[in-house]
Amino acid sequence: MVNQANTEEKVNAYEQERNKEEMKKQVISFALMIVLTLISFGLVASGHLESIFAIPILLMMAIIQVGFQFYYFMHLKDKGHGMPATLIYGGVWAALLTLAGLGVISWW
Amino acid sequence: MSIDHSLFPETMPSNPERATLEGKNKFMGLWFFLGGETVLFACLFGIYIALKNSTAGGPSSTDLFGLELVFFMTVLLLSSSLTSVYAMYHMRNNDFKKMMLWLGITGLLGIGFLACEIYEFAHYIIDYDFTFRSSAFGSAFYALVGFHGGHVIFGISWLIVLMIRNARRGLNLYNAPKFNTFSLYWHFIDVVWVFVFTVVYLMGMVS
Repeated sequence: MVNQANTEEKVNAYEQERNKEEMKKQVISFALMIVLTLISFGLVASGHLESIFAIPILLMMAIIQVGFQFYYFMHLKDKGHGMPATLIYGGVWAALLTLAGLGVISWW
Repeated sequence: MSIDHSLFPETMPSNPERATLEGKNKFMGLWFFLGGETVLFACLFGIYIALKNSTAGGPSSTDLFGLELVFFMTVLLLSSSLTSVYAMYHMRNNDFKKMMLWLGITGLLGIGFLACEIYEFAHYIIDYDFTFRSSAFGSAFYALVGFHGGHVIFGISWLIVLMIRNARRGLNLYNAPKFNTFSLYWHFIDVVWVFVFTVVYLMGMVS
């Protein structure tokens, strides 16, 4: 099972070009994620907003940022990711039910 | 394709991490695990939100939290997410040395994050006498943030074992899925941290 693959050689030019294209998108999503983080922290640091407005905005920022993480960094947008998406959205659905249940017993 | 199939340019599959049955299974298994982790963290977040005002006369979230350290930790973890993307980019280009280099940087950033978190907890315990047993808020806070930190510790240990075990093996279809699985797990840690800094720290500062 242990083999010394010759890693000095490179994959073909087409693949490399495609991977480069992908990488560019990922760097752009990283920049956007940093911007979203800065906006969130800036919003809280400035201290001007009422919490009733600030909390939905902060949650929105978090959800958008997580979207970038899932779709670009974790390749959920790529081909052959139907099942992983189903599993994650299943998890998110169960998570929402859990949060709703805990919300009901805490505040109802 | 069998798992001991070496990666040579003329036979390189476009997705080395999913070219074998074992690779496909690892990939699917990890996503299934992440779906379960989502529910686990939802429980911890739900408990935290429900108990965060039950301070029992002890320090509250606005007394404790400071934005600077949390921002620094966020940048560290987000950067480590990008460096593991770089590592997977080099894996797909069949460049083992650069992949290992970027995985190493990912590990160092993770250790930096962990050091900040330990400092933060020590600061709360020593300067504010705020522990797991101080209040319901304390228990919920340390359970949630500590569980995330525990995932970081596990991730770093996983990475170190993976790098040492495969250091002299080169890249092949046997270990490409292993590196990819780690990278997905590491991204998920950052996903959870996005909600930790939003729900615990930022929302704790505004209210």
